[in-house]
Order: sequence, then structure tokens, then C-alpha cells
Amino acid sequence: MNRGSIAAIAGRRLWVPHLSSRAWTVWRRDFDVFRRLFWVNFAVPMLEPILYLLALGFGLGLFVKEIHGVSYSRFIAPGLVSGAIMYGAFFECSYASFVRMYYQKTFDAIIATPVNLEEVVAGEILWGATRSAINATVVFFVVSVFGLTSPFFLLGILPLAFLGGLLFASFGMISTSLVPAIEHFNYPFFLFITPMLLLSGIFFPIEILPRALQSASFTLFPLAHLVKIARALMLSRLGLGLLWNLLWMAGVALIAFPLALYLMQRRLIK
Amino acid sequence: MNPLIFAQDLTKRFDSFTAVDGVDFAVYPGEVVGFLGPNGAGKTTTIRMITCTSPLTAGTLQVFGLDVDRHPRQIKAQIGVAPQENNLDPDFTVLENLITYGRYFRLPRKEIQKRAAELLEFVQLTEKANESVERLSGGMKRRLILARSLLNRPRLLILDEPTTGLDPQGRRLIWERIRALRQSGITVVITTHYMEEAEQICDRILIMNQGQIIAEGSPEELIRQHVGGEVVEVIPEDGAEQAILKEIEGRCPYQRLGEKWEIFVSDGTSVLERLKTRVRFTSYSIRRPNLEDVFLRLTGRDLHE
Repeated sequence: MNRGSIAAIAGRRLWVPHLSSRAWTVWRRDFDVFRRLFWVNFAVPMLEPILYLLALGFGLGLFVKEIHGVSYSRFIAPGLVSGAIMYGAFFECSYASFVRMYYQKTFDAIIATPVNLEEVVAGEILWGATRSAINATVVFFVVSVFGLTSPFFLLGILPLAFLGGLLFASFGMISTSLVPAIEHFNYPFFLFITPMLLLSGIFFPIEILPRALQSASFTLFPLAHLVKIARALMLSRLGLGLLWNLLWMAGVALIAFPLALYLMQRRLIK
Repeated sequence: MNPLIFAQDLTKRFDSFTAVDGVDFAVYPGEVVGFLGPNGAGKTTTIRMITCTSPLTAGTLQVFGLDVDRHPRQIKAQIGVAPQENNLDPDFTVLENLITYGRYFRLPRKEIQKRAAELLEFVQLTEKANESVERLSGGMKRRLILARSLLNRPRLLILDEPTTGLDPQGRRLIWERIRALRQSGITVVITTHYMEEAEQICDRILIMNQGQIIAEGSPEELIRQHVGGEVVEVIPEDGAEQAILKEIEGRCPYQRLGEKWEIFVSDGTSVLERLKTRVRFTSYSIRRPNLEDVFLRLTGRDLHE
């Protein structure tokens, strides 16, 4: 039975996402733009984790003896990688996607071809996840140069960054589908992203928070789960309990991704 | 001959506003068909339904014999679209724009490069191939959009206001390219609110107003049917308005544009001779009617019967 007759039976138009590998042509477009500005996109962001390490690891860290049996620098290194994963995808699929959608009309140009809107949005989210993996690699490179982790663990960080990236890219795309104008990204950034950055266990162990805040953090903040897995991985303390955190992230990504497709469809197809 | 586009009772509503109100039309292979109408008449909405980017509210719309809501991919693969808004990719050069766009059609890279080179030649942008699109003039951008719309070798080309905002040279260059395309047998649907553009390049015109198609035909047919033979243009002396009104009111259609009166008649010379005996004019002339007269008559602006 085709889509038309199903919709006819239901009495209204049903939304069913149509996805194909064409989404990668959209990913490729974003990748090509990134490549043109390789140094701006790749080298300059390296400064940020270096500054964080200087200010927090080697500055503030002087006053912190050890956390969980490691130096403060080693403690925050996985957190910095996780923060880069979150920002990479969320920024790409909020501000950057909004500019492409609203100002550059790039999405309009693409949906005039056999690529449909679901594939455009999926391609953007895949690219957002790729940005997370790239940004995580940059930060990981810096912290391993400082001897704060073993380069070998990049093999685990990359798939984790991509999964976290899919999740945060979908969140970014959901906000893109909802904001009336670009200024309104202040809401998700200041009410969600910044609190998440500060309260997800990057800068201090989440266990020292009051119990209620701890469970709030693990309920509301995907970053808390991400930091926990990244830290266990980079300090080589993996345990079976982390499967829960991994499943939690995968579950949220699995809900957020189709929701992002649906909401963008609702916004753009009129 | 089967129509390339077939619309029956085609309707599009946005909440309570009806943008396209149950229109019927067909476009046949090889034709250049123009949708003409004032802003807000429903032209672009109709185009967006044809290009499968806006779902219908009601009615039937088939392109290449396929329903737009069931086979959008097959349809879009064979359509070339040049939208009203400039949506070139500002992050890329001229050539990169074409290469990226060709990928959306899953064309092989070699083929895209070959076609891109031909098309840049066709729109006279070969020297600009490696220029950033941000640095192109308005006319060059429109030409690049035309080239981009031809990358997939479409059977049907859709041009939504292709020359809006261009200078006369830029406009003529686009028209000339569209004529060259028509020679090659491609079917073209164009929207415009420039009468001259419609007269210059369209075989057939559909005039839209308030969501409906209110007239249809070749430019000559439309003029013959809706305006008639000639237009008498007169500027009466001060105070002569009443005298002229008495002569023409209820006898022939006319319109006033400032101090100028345009009177639509079958035989201009005899009407003007008769008027001259009764009314004093500061100037008078007779001209052939054009599409603009048709348009103004049909869309009812400043026109009194």
C-alpha cells in the first residue's frame, strides 16, 4: 500500500520519513565547505583546550591535590573532550544550520533536486556528528601531547564522539526547527548548554553534588553520561555499569533524531 | 499529445487564505508557457506544487504523468528549477556550486565536470569558473542559476521570475538563452510580472489573479480577445474631462492614468476624429494594444467600463 492511500484512509497526510544514502551528498557539501576553511576550523580551535588546561589544569589544579586518584589535569581532560563533542554538534546544527536554512536558502536549493528534506536534515545531523568527532580529535590530540591520556584511547573516543554528536546534533536541529529568529538560540544555549557544561561532572566529580541534583543531572543532561563514559575510557577504568550510560545516550539519540526530522518538516514544508 | 503538466482543480490553502483556488491547466511538450499575474496571484505557489516542494491541499497535479505527491523523486530528477530567490551556495566558487549541485542528482563526477564546462560556456561564465559567487553581479548570478538548473538535462525547466532585478542587458541575455533552449525542444514554464518578458518569450500565457486563472492564450490572442484593435491615447485640456466622459462612458472601455486617457476601440482613427470635433486635446495618438492593456483590463486596476 502506498503512502497516498494510507493517508487517505487516515483522512489526513501522514508523515513518514523517506531516507536514503542521498543524505551523504548533503554531508559532503558541508564537509567541502569545512575543508575550504581547514585551518580556521581545525587549528584555531586547538587553542581552546590548551587555554583550559593552562587555566584550570595547571592553574586551579595547583590547589586541587587529586580527584579519584589522578591529577586535576588528568581528571578534566576527558571532560574537555566531552565538552568539545557537545559544542561541535550543537553549534553546527543550531547556528550554522540556521544560517544555511534561513539566510543562504541552501535547503531550498537542495530540495529542488531528488534529495528530500528528511535527507537534508539527516545529512546535516550526520555532519554535526562528524564535527563532534573532529573537534574531539583536536582536543584529544592536545591532551595526549600533554601526557594526560594514552593516544590509543582515541579508538574508543571516536565512536563515542559520533554517538554523542548524533545526539547533540539532533538537539541542535530541534532548536533550529523551533526558533523564530537566530537570536532565540540564546534560550537553548544559556538555559541548557551552559548549565549542562557546568553541572555534568567536567570540572568536579558529579558525586559531590546533592543527591537530587545528581539525579537531575543524569536525567536531564546527556553530557553527564558522556563525561562518565569518556572519563572511564581515558583513565582506563571501564566497567559494565557504563553500558547503562551508553544505552541511555543511544536511546535519547534514537528519539531525538526522528523528532528533529519531523519538526524540520513541519517548519519548512508548507 | 500527452501533457507534461496536468492540473485539475488544483488548490492550495494556507490556514484560511486560499493561494491557488481550483485551477485547471495543462502544459504540452515543447511549449514555453508563462504564468503572468500581480504579486500574490498564486504563481509561485503553483510553481512550488509543480516542483514537489509544497503539498497540494486538493485537486490533481501530474508532471510527466506522475502524481506529484507520490513520485516526487522521479519528477524532480527530470525538472530544472531556477527559483525566484537567489539560493546559490555562497560558500563555494561558481564551478564548485555546479559540482555540488550535480551530486544531488547522483551524477558521476566526470559527467558533472563535462556538463559544468558546457553550461558555463552556454551562460558565458567560463572565465568566472573559479570566482566566489559572492563576487558575481546580479546578472551573472541569475545566469549561474540558469546553468545550475540545466545540470540534470531536464525535460522541463521552471523559471520563477528569472529576470527580476536585472538591468536591460542582463534581461536580454537571459531571454536570448531561453530562446536557445526552446530551440533545443525543452519545455519551459516561466512566471513573470513583466509584460514585455511574457510577450518576448512565451508561446502561451496563463494570467492569474487572486488564485485563479482568468485568461489563457498566445499574446496575440489575448490582445485580440480582451482589448481589441487599437488604443486611443488622449490628454484633454483642463476642464474638458466632462466632455470626454460624455462621449465614451458606456460606449467603450477606457482607463485613466493621471491626466492621460486610454480608450480601447476597434477603429482608432474614426473614434479620434469624432472626439476631436467635440473635445479639445493638448495631445492625442493611436497605438497598438499590448499585453499590459490586457493585464490591466483583466486584473481590474484603474479600469472603468
